Amino acid sequence: MNRVRKAIVVASCAALAASVAACAQSERGDENTGGTLTFGAAGAPKNFDPIFNDDGESFRPIRQMYETLIEHKPGTAELEPGLAEKWDLSADGKEITFSLRKGVKFHDGTAFNAEAVCFNLDRWFNMKGAAAQSQMIYYADVWEGFAKNEGDATGQPVYKSCEAKDENTAVVSLNKFKGAFPAAMTLTAFSISSPEALKKYDADKVTQSGDSFTYSAYANEHPTGTGPYKFQSYDTSSQVATLVRNDDYWGDKAKNAKMIIRTIGDEAARKQELEAGNVDIIDFPNPVDWKGLKDKGFNVQVRRAFNILYLGINQKNPKLKDIRVRQAIAYAINRQQLVTSKLPDGAQVATQFMPDTVSGYADDVQKYDYDLAKAKSLLQEAGATGLTLKFYYPSEITRPYMPDPKGIFTAIEADLKAAGFKVQPIVKPWNGGYKDDVQKAGKQDLHLLGWTGDYNDAGNFVGTFFGREKPEFGFNDPALFSELSAADAETNPDKHMAAYEQVNRDIMAKFLPAIPISHSPPAIVSSSKVKGLVTSPLTNERFDTVTVE
Amino acid sequence: MLRFIVRRLIGVIPTLFVLSFLLFGWLRLLPGGPAGALLGDKATPESIASVNKVLGLDQPIPVQYVKFLGRMLTGDFGNSLSKSRPVVDELADAIPATVELALAALIFAVGLGIPLGYLAARRKGGLFDNMTIIGTLVGVAVPVFFLGYLLKKYIAVDLGWFETSGRVTAGLDETKVTGFKVLDAILTREWDVLFDALSHLVLPAIVLGTIPLAVIVRITRASVLDVMNEDYVRTAEAKGLYAKTVRKRHILRNALLPVSTTIGLQTGLLLAGAVLTEKVFVWNGLGSLLAEGIERRDYPRLQAMILVIAFVYVIVNLLVDISYAIIDPRVRVR
Repeated sequence: MNRVRKAIVVASCAALAASVAACAQSERGDENTGGTLTFGAAGAPKNFDPIFNDDGESFRPIRQMYETLIEHKPGTAELEPGLAEKWDLSADGKEITFSLRKGVKFHDGTAFNAEAVCFNLDRWFNMKGAAAQSQMIYYADVWEGFAKNEGDATGQPVYKSCEAKDENTAVVSLNKFKGAFPAAMTLTAFSISSPEALKKYDADKVTQSGDSFTYSAYANEHPTGTGPYKFQSYDTSSQVATLVRNDDYWGDKAKNAKMIIRTIGDEAARKQELEAGNVDIIDFPNPVDWKGLKDKGFNVQVRRAFNILYLGINQKNPKLKDIRVRQAIAYAINRQQLVTSKLPDGAQVATQFMPDTVSGYADDVQKYDYDLAKAKSLLQEAGATGLTLKFYYPSEITRPYMPDPKGIFTAIEADLKAAGFKVQPIVKPWNGGYKDDVQKAGKQDLHLLGWTGDYNDAGNFVGTFFGREKPEFGFNDPALFSELSAADAETNPDKHMAAYEQVNRDIMAKFLPAIPISHSPPAIVSSSKVKGLVTSPLTNERFDTVTVE
Repeated sequence: MLRFIVRRLIGVIPTLFVLSFLLFGWLRLLPGGPAGALLGDKATPESIASVNKVLGLDQPIPVQYVKFLGRMLTGDFGNSLSKSRPVVDELADAIPATVELALAALIFAVGLGIPLGYLAARRKGGLFDNMTIIGTLVGVAVPVFFLGYLLKKYIAVDLGWFETSGRVTAGLDETKVTGFKVLDAILTREWDVLFDALSHLVLPAIVLGTIPLAVIVRITRASVLDVMNEDYVRTAEAKGLYAKTVRKRHILRNALLPVSTTIGLQTGLLLAGAVLTEKVFVWNGLGSLLAEGIERRDYPRLQAMILVIAFVYVIVNLLVDISYAIIDPRVRVR
């Protein structure tokens, strides 16, 4: 009887399984053909509306789907035509006339024209709601203010108006000239979206949701640009973005029919996926892995550096107000040895606060080559021998300019001690108050920090660091601020560049508010099957030229 | 029995309130707030202050807590900072992933553990028994992440026998019904997806199930040895019952009591082990969500997850108590 009962149970289960195996309808469509490029990203995108983003992982898919008025020449930081074929700056710098490319369409089939450009610029300027404005980081940085500042936004807007003179001519008027223009128009955040799609999917709707924000259907599901790839889907549970080739693209069509961007947060897992052949490209591999990956036949392409690591000095400490003490610190650090021992291949000692890829870089700044004797002598002269310095450095983070914060700190600490300083190390987690302490509270005497440039203008580097009084550096020097303002306000491109070259000379010789340490080039790794990848110093590669054999 | 269950469930509510209050306060007191996490690298003190004001994070903590409580009682845990998605949606996506993995790990651990433990006890002192004991010691001692990377490297990457990460191959055309990949593939008869999902599931399930397997083997072995020496077993054998009947009805059934308690406890520990396993295998479940939430100081996500985990733990323990009543009639009487 037991056997019979058992047989009945097994048969019932089998019947149940068979019936269940037809309970839902498959919703699959036809397979795409034409090849797929798979990218292993370190983080998931926040959303797909360019103006509300400021991080590289969000910009990566955005850059494939959208375009800006001005682009960078592949592999460089030099400007070239994008959606605008040419641009003219008026003599006073307050008017930029963009001559737009003809025959371009957005992914929804609507026309790209001057009206669309003005729509986008007006949209940003007129954005309502403190929530939305607070998330437009690059807009606030470049354009400084809105039509009506809400929340804590207080800047006077740089933007005045945009006029569509004809179908292919957009004239942008500014309230004041800023040195960031026209280079800032290359920023991915200022990509041009389809006005129809923006309106249809309520793109401006950004609302608070608990301790975060909710974005619109446009930002999450219907991004619509003019780029070589179109948005197909974003699987929020597996964090996989799927883009498909835009067959109506105005330029050369993307070589792959599909591009998949997978989020693989763990660095070791990302590397293993590359080795297993499940992804074709990964970004920012750990420098210690470069050689191993090259030996296994992967292409490790090292970009030209577009970043700076600096040792910040806080002049809130009265002893550090004396430039001889700051110079002593500069001479005490053996930066060449630090670069050789702690930083990846291709890293360079920084002579000033921006790399040589940026216009305004000066070859003849005052250098501070390692000289321990000079450091000691300056310190003695200033009466600061034995000075104790609180030295902050971050933990739980690596940055392209700072791959090993602890290692870099240790090297500098040893050098400072050798020169006669006493060092009190203070380590704080990057996401656990480090930036609050050093940038807002100014608790440190020395700290490690850096910057990756956003666009090719010296103001994006030295203007950002030293353009105004900040708790981070603890000084108020009207001479330096006005020199930087004057350089920024110079409308003639050659004079603009010359002015910043002089600024760099003066910063290094007369002011020295911090010590430039190094420029570290980040790498991107692809499998040997990948061809046609052109790297960008600004890490804003396009993948439409890439083939996977 | 029903009254018992209802009483236990009601008792959970004050526990969760106290936990939510302590958690909220502790997270808010940690240095580095959500605004920095929201704004990323380009955050400046001014932009952080602006976001804090918009989100009300500059208000006193008790005021913030009352607002949070009001939202929580309507099921609104807010959006995560990392992905700007409702935390509830994130959990809804992650729970099937973790349950599927935990279930597979449990099936592996229980399916292999009970027979191995039983056989080891039957062959006590022999080669099989000794090898089993050594195996369990190794299983408990090897760190989960180490085992994970090892199996990934040699079995998945080098040999290519199984997939390296994720739940299915990226870009695979699949239909979502429940969120359980294996079940969904069966329901929709997408057999290629079923095969793909299983090939992704095997290694993480083995890694996650290794420690529970070792523990279940040891407990089963010890329990069976105890029961085998009981008087009632000797009586049953003396009465002339078939050996198979004695093994099944008298030895195994009684030996399973402590094993079932162990399984219950291991289920709770599976969640802890899942954090590392999911990170190694890029398995987007609760563990990955929790690890990322800690790294990025994603307070809304952490708050919701810890409350959910506490609730699940209580429910699992309740189920274990109920299973006792089912297995042992004497518990029902009591």
